[in-house]
Amino acid sequence: MNLRRDVFQAIADPTRRAILLLVTTQSMTAGAIASNFDTARPTISKHLQILTECELLQQEQKGREIHYHLNLEKMKEIANFIEPFRQMWDDRFNKLENVMKAYQQKNDA
Amino acid sequence: MERKTKIHAEDNRHDLTITREFDLPLELLFKAYTEPRIVEQWMDNNVLLLENKRHGGYEFQKSDANGNVVFEANGCIHEFIPNRKIVRTFEMTNAPFDVQLEFLEFEKRTEATSRLTMHVVYKSVALRDAMLKLPFAYGINMAHDRLEEIVGKLK
Repeated sequence: MNLRRDVFQAIADPTRRAILLLVTTQSMTAGAIASNFDTARPTISKHLQILTECELLQQEQKGREIHYHLNLEKMKEIANFIEPFRQMWDDRFNKLENVMKAYQQKNDA
Repeated sequence: MERKTKIHAEDNRHDLTITREFDLPLELLFKAYTEPRIVEQWMDNNVLLLENKRHGGYEFQKSDANGNVVFEANGCIHEFIPNRKIVRTFEMTNAPFDVQLEFLEFEKRTEATSRLTMHVVYKSVALRDAMLKLPFAYGINMAHDRLEEIVGKLK
């Protein structure tokens, strides 16, 4: 399985969710998107690539520039889906497991 | 890779089941639900009240950096059997979800592993489905808040 194309892997990242939010009302170039973040430009490019590969973003050639815009159909698809709920519980339980492992080590010492 | 947390939610039902296998002995898993200081760490809430007994109650609260309450939940404990079972209600304050009923069952798998099965019953099918969609909306909101923070710093 190619994880990079997994749409839920894509929205699990806060920067990528912020990018999706940026392009909800307008299409933007990679440069314009990157200027909204403190993160290094290549990191943002990587995020854009992942979002495009899983079809949450669509590219559009405008003259010499490539603009990114949100693929609403794909967004709708995931909004109806159960995966974010599972992910939320998985994150929470992972945290529980880590907290208790630390607790166990402290008490064994 | 096998997913550790599983959700079973059938269409047109007002309940769902969450199961999770833990790399923790049963006693430690149960402790994570009963020690207020530990609950606070993994739930990321303040525990105002936690009475681990039949007919006991609990209250969780979360505040933002400015001290505003952003999340509040409470409930009653109906059944409490150490290392085996907790039956409780759960309700978010100021949220349109009504009360839900939770059956938490704790099982030993091996000396070092355990399993939690959480059966959650909602008031209606519509409320259950709304709850399932909540993390997605919340994720977008969180991203938005973070975005505002970042933009605020640039100003």
